[in-house]
Amino acid sequence: MSDSVDPMNTPEPIEPLPKPVTSIPSLGKVEAPRSAPKSTVLQKIRQSHPSSSRIPDEIFRWIILLSAVSVFAIVVLVVWKLVDKSRLSLHQFGIHFFYGHDWDPVNDSYGAMPFIYGTLVSSFLALLLAVPLSVGVAVYITEMCPQGLRAIISFLVELLAAIPSVIYGLWGIFVLAPLLRDYVQPFLAKTLGWTGFFSGPMYGLGMLAAGIILAIMIVPVIASITREVMSAVPQNQREAVLALGATRWEMIRMGVLRNARIGIVGGVILGLGRALGETMAVTMVIGNRPEVAKSLFAPGYTMASVIANEFSEATGDMYLSALVEIGLALFIVTLIVNALARLLVWSITGGTARPSV
Amino acid sequence: MIRSLRVLVCIAVLASCAWAQTALNGAGATFPYPIYSKWFIEYHNLNSNIQINYQSIGSGGGIRQVQAGTVDFGATDGPMTDEQIAQSKVKVLHVPTVLGAVVPAYNIPGVNAELKFTPDVLADIYLGKLTKWNDPRITKVNPGVNFPNQNITVVHRSDGSGTSYIFTDYLSKVSPEWKSTVGKNTSVKWPVGIGGKGNEGVAGTIRQLPGSIGYIELIYALQNKIPFGLVQNSSHNFVKASLESTTAAAAGVKMPADFRVSITDPPGKDAYPIASFTWLLIPTNPADANKGKILKDFLFWMLDKGQTMVEALSYAPLPKDIAAKEKAAIQSQVKP
Repeated sequence: MSDSVDPMNTPEPIEPLPKPVTSIPSLGKVEAPRSAPKSTVLQKIRQSHPSSSRIPDEIFRWIILLSAVSVFAIVVLVVWKLVDKSRLSLHQFGIHFFYGHDWDPVNDSYGAMPFIYGTLVSSFLALLLAVPLSVGVAVYITEMCPQGLRAIISFLVELLAAIPSVIYGLWGIFVLAPLLRDYVQPFLAKTLGWTGFFSGPMYGLGMLAAGIILAIMIVPVIASITREVMSAVPQNQREAVLALGATRWEMIRMGVLRNARIGIVGGVILGLGRALGETMAVTMVIGNRPEVAKSLFAPGYTMASVIANEFSEATGDMYLSALVEIGLALFIVTLIVNALARLLVWSITGGTARPSV
Repeated sequence: MIRSLRVLVCIAVLASCAWAQTALNGAGATFPYPIYSKWFIEYHNLNSNIQINYQSIGSGGGIRQVQAGTVDFGATDGPMTDEQIAQSKVKVLHVPTVLGAVVPAYNIPGVNAELKFTPDVLADIYLGKLTKWNDPRITKVNPGVNFPNQNITVVHRSDGSGTSYIFTDYLSKVSPEWKSTVGKNTSVKWPVGIGGKGNEGVAGTIRQLPGSIGYIELIYALQNKIPFGLVQNSSHNFVKASLESTTAAAAGVKMPADFRVSITDPPGKDAYPIASFTWLLIPTNPADANKGKILKDFLFWMLDKGQTMVEALSYAPLPKDIAAKEKAAIQSQVKP
């Protein structure tokens, strides 16, 4: 187990380096001395307590193993239950369920495409808006902010994470939607209407509103992780880059952001996870219409929302089964998105470092 | 040590007190939850050894739980279908408890009058065939109202609900096209419009969206003082929804023996046409005879004294003759 934490186990760990900054391409790699004599202290302790130290170690090992295995067990149980409960609908619609467009509880005809589309589009829209904002917030807090203001801004960002999603939803209906309808959407339609993404009737509510609400909700997640990672970049890195004659922006770009990028991607993945699964706030502003529309002004629907909305009053067996299969689809989509994100991390790090989350 | 012993004794005594109480469990519809919890509290005050718990998990859940026998009774906003009854191992009696109504609410800039809606206008708005507020078919029945040339935005419930069931049941009765293309259910494939979650979501969307129309529960509209329109009934009268006109809707209906009846678009000149019963689902052959007896006593109390409490919570009471008919059915059909 100790192999995976090499940097921590260097002979004199005065300032343990966090994992995301193990490789610093701009300045050459920080080589962890792999051949160094490992855990000499531990060996000494073992020698002084020859018999008693083994049993607690073994117990501890098994407890830890059990915790690790339980994660697998939970995942397997969830998948098994989802497949089992959606058997009726899996049998009836087959693979067509995942790209069908129809959602008609009266005639028991179900397709998940509009929901998958809505989930993905609203989440990626949220990332598009939230990532630059969060990184900006984090850069300001760690690099430029006066000491007195730092605590206040950090506190406010984290406060955003503590607001319940139903409050975001209500704020979305009563504040954001009218603002979008009266000012933002007419402006977007006039300037960018030709792209086709910003056309059609302006309700205020719709995919755009959902993306914005989600962006606000995931900013604290991404910003706080980014901030943590950036403040873990050693001070002498910054000084070294500055000493080479870099401007402040170059220092942040090369000395800080570049070294922290794995951690930042990790934060983005966490934010994306929250966006994919968010239910209440989204359903209150997205318009809840199961259709695939190019325009971001049009209403949409997400997988989490349709389950939450329709599960309690679903009476037919096929209807229930289809809703559970939506849950299965959400599981699969989350899995694929996470796998892609991991691949992205690997491609950034060239396969050397492991993702931090 | 002694202190912890004392605590243990106290817990044991409390637990045995709770044990002496008979607890009944029910689950189901959310719409009648306020009046049900009021009834159960009042009944507990009268009979301190009886505790009735109710979880408002939704009509679908109520039907499933009572079918599985995990609760002592269920509750639903829409009656069970023939198919569901055939599948169910537990035989149940539908007991209507109170009435609810669904009203059209709207937000048209510059229009403060109470609008009148004919059934075909409502159906065509929700089918997406009527798209402008100044359409002649709307202005004709609302003389003197100055409608703007504005698009109609349809708002419906996004969550599955008894409210949607009542509304789509009504549209299915008044519009053959609605019946064949959309149909009735707790959620349907809406031809047009955007969905709001819950009454509060629909009302909130209507309030912030000029030119919109939606349907909400009468109770919600009354309690939150939301203005709403009149609807033409089968006698061609425009009726405003109220507790009286809702009860009148039930009075005109021929009640079948199993009480599974839809009262949308009923006969009667004062009847409000978009109304419905809500039902308790009572197992006719309860697993626990003692609990069955308690539930039966409660039902008699509910149909008698309980009915006097409903108007304070904006529910419409049952007509007297229907309550009497229910009592007779409970007496003869529910064991013991």
